[in-house]
Amino acid sequence: MADAALPTPATRPAARRGLFAANALPIAIFLLFAILPLFAFRAEVYVLSLVTRVMIFAIAALALDLLIGYGALVSFGHAAFMGLGAYAVGILSSHGIHDALIGLPVALGAAALFAFLTGIVCLRTKGVYFIMITLAFGQMAFFTASSLAPYGGDDGLTIRVRSTLAGFPIFSGDRSLYYICLICLLGAYLLCRALVASRFGRVYRGARENPLRVSTIGFEVYRYQLVAYVIAGALGGLSGFLLGNATDFVSPAYMSWQRSGELLIMVIFGGIGTLNGAIVGAAAFLLVEEWLSGITEHWKVIFGPLLVLVAVFAPGGLLGLVARLRRMIRG
Amino acid sequence: MSTSLLIVQTLNGLQLGVLLFLIAAGLTLVFGVMDFINLAHGVQYMLGAYLAVMFYAFTGNFFFALVLALGAALVFGLLLEFAVFRHLYDRDHLDQVIATFGIILFLNQGVKILWGASPLSLPMPEMFSGSVVLMPGILYPVWRLVIIGSGLGVALILYLLVSHTRVGMLVRAGATNAAMVSALGVDIRRLFMIVFGFGTMLAGFAGIMIAPILSVEPGMGDTILILAFVVIVIGGIGSIRGAFIAALLIGLVDTLGRSFAVDILRLFLAPSPARTVGPAIASMLIYLLMAVVLYVRPSGLFPAKGR
Amino acid sequence: MAEAVLRIENLAKNFGGLRVTDDVTLDVMPGELHAVIGPNGAGKTTLINQISGLLAPDAGRIVFGGEDVTALSVDRRAQRGLARSFQITSILPRFSVLENVALAVQARSGSSFRFFRSAAAEDALNEAARGALAQVGLAEREHVPAGELSHGEKRALELAIALAMEPKLLLLDEPMAGTGRDETERLVTALRSLKGRFPMVLVEHDMHAVFALADRISVLIYGKILASGTPAQVRADPQVVTAYLGEEME
Repeated sequence: MADAALPTPATRPAARRGLFAANALPIAIFLLFAILPLFAFRAEVYVLSLVTRVMIFAIAALALDLLIGYGALVSFGHAAFMGLGAYAVGILSSHGIHDALIGLPVALGAAALFAFLTGIVCLRTKGVYFIMITLAFGQMAFFTASSLAPYGGDDGLTIRVRSTLAGFPIFSGDRSLYYICLICLLGAYLLCRALVASRFGRVYRGARENPLRVSTIGFEVYRYQLVAYVIAGALGGLSGFLLGNATDFVSPAYMSWQRSGELLIMVIFGGIGTLNGAIVGAAAFLLVEEWLSGITEHWKVIFGPLLVLVAVFAPGGLLGLVARLRRMIRG
Repeated sequence: MSTSLLIVQTLNGLQLGVLLFLIAAGLTLVFGVMDFINLAHGVQYMLGAYLAVMFYAFTGNFFFALVLALGAALVFGLLLEFAVFRHLYDRDHLDQVIATFGIILFLNQGVKILWGASPLSLPMPEMFSGSVVLMPGILYPVWRLVIIGSGLGVALILYLLVSHTRVGMLVRAGATNAAMVSALGVDIRRLFMIVFGFGTMLAGFAGIMIAPILSVEPGMGDTILILAFVVIVIGGIGSIRGAFIAALLIGLVDTLGRSFAVDILRLFLAPSPARTVGPAIASMLIYLLMAVVLYVRPSGLFPAKGR
Repeated sequence: MAEAVLRIENLAKNFGGLRVTDDVTLDVMPGELHAVIGPNGAGKTTLINQISGLLAPDAGRIVFGGEDVTALSVDRRAQRGLARSFQITSILPRFSVLENVALAVQARSGSSFRFFRSAAAEDALNEAARGALAQVGLAEREHVPAGELSHGEKRALELAIALAMEPKLLLLDEPMAGTGRDETERLVTALRSLKGRFPMVLVEHDMHAVFALADRISVLIYGKILASGTPAQVRADPQVVTAYLGEEME
């Protein structure tokens, strides 16, 4: 599996000497994101909106990596959390409530609640059954949204006014939205890193390795997984909240199983169980999609085989591939 | 809610169920025996339909088109197995998901390039194109009866193959414990190929049979794929019997649910909320069913590997 | 008369028609090492699984520390001090040796619903873990990923994890299974040094180890306790000799 790039805290004490070196990749990524708007020049609107999308999906991908990479909980319904967050913005906005101080907690709360209620059921199952039942709940969310006639139903809901923060329209400008998303991404990343290294993370990761062993040590595995699931759901809700603002639109398609599949692909593409991989994967997926669709309308005919090649030749995703190349170069 | 509507919808539910079984049978075997998640199974169904349309354009005869399309679908499926799937049997399920997802993208786009994005149609054979009177006041399309009949026929053949032939026994054993079967000296690769090829043909057959009723278009395999997965999960992975029962159950629940949800809800709610909530609940019904089944039986109804 | 730490009363478990545990009554007194021996298929692992909570018995009671734990889950029993090692090594392969044990220490020292501080940086956990590792002779291997240990080292790690739980009772399911002579000796020495600190139930096939360590022995044949007593008593019991020990122990 994706063993190549899994630095667990205690196996590499030497890594602590080079906190900077060990984190070169995420530092580089965030620096790049931070200074990008300064270099966008004439293509500013285009580049900003593209990279904003990248960062938004990276947040959702981080949450999903927390589940699949560190918990072996492969959720095929992750897009539902994004959709809930986006609908929170849309529904509140359609009733004239734009303040993020209300909208954001609602988005996070709705997503977390949905994660809690569905997690209670899903976590009783394992393996492919877990995949399917998360899919089922995702579909239920999708169909519920499709039936919300007052909020656009199948056609979706246009969000006419973006969120404001205590009256300030900071979500409305391209640049300010960009930096808000960057801050959220950074926060989500640091949160996930801390979680994984914490006591909680240790139990949670142990449960992925050997749930039986962890329970005979005295931990109720189910509880830890449920907490992780809720946190991942809330992060998905955050991502959806930002997405609604970025696209000024929300529709049931935001919760489709195809969208959940794309999120899975992003995480796998980058390399599961690394957190960095989630960001890299989201960026690679969306940027390649953008690039190829500029070349031909039939870009999927190229993208599809690309995914197949990645699956066959690059287990461990892009980061795994890079790690293997580096080992080959070192000899 | 008239009796004739009930009967017609029950038959429609059976027809959907039989169709789902044809697709789910291959899927559950591939998953059960080879431990391989094949998301591309849905596009094999779609491909069957497109190949039938193409061969019909050449031959002008439905039955020739059927046979040729089945053959072509089999060849294509084996090619896919050889080129891609073979490398992924020992891999993590996630790698299989990403690869087969890539194949879905590729083929959905591919048929769009070759045949365009507009829906195509396949005329059904003349002799089956009418309707028949089942009971006074109930007119039912013959072709749908043909689908039900052929589906049940295939189910019977599958049952006989699986329970009365040597290959079938190996398949059942493989679904329970593939490693053991291999350790006993059986050429597991050949068994995989047979299972896979058969599954591909079943999916293609389903696509060809349904083509005269539905429109043939890119992406038609996507929804049915999800339904098929629901079927095999409820039925229990690796079990043909489970797939059969679950497929019929889902076909009936989904069809009858959509037809009568609003009416049933009207017993409890006022007309207006019933009409808004009804369709949503109808769409969710099979997922609710799956959630309930998994809650009670976390490995499905008849899992091949036991509980 | 001291109170038994573990008391099993009329425990029964059937698999289909097979009585794997047949009206078993057993107790473990404070500080004693109580061995359970018997031929393969006698139901020893099933018995351990019922005591630790992995399997629910069909009948009977399990009383641990005076409390009826028959309906408690595995983790709840572990929280009350019931530790076990597994016959087939059950460790966390991608965690380091130290982290495997630190996790067990963590279970006994406060809540694990802490999300922000790094667990690896908690010196108290690491020191306690190192202590347990030293007792089983794995101190030098603390940074090795547990999956890379030799078989005997993994068995020792199993023991260290159980020790780190500060158990009130330790269930050992064939700790010497598959170990070579040197490693067996090391495990016997380690277990001997632990005797008296807490009671242990030792399921083993290695008769030399059993007779070297046990205070009491119960013999399990076809799910039933055939005999129970001191090693001398058991050794002399003619039923036991015919059914299991044979002439080897003369």
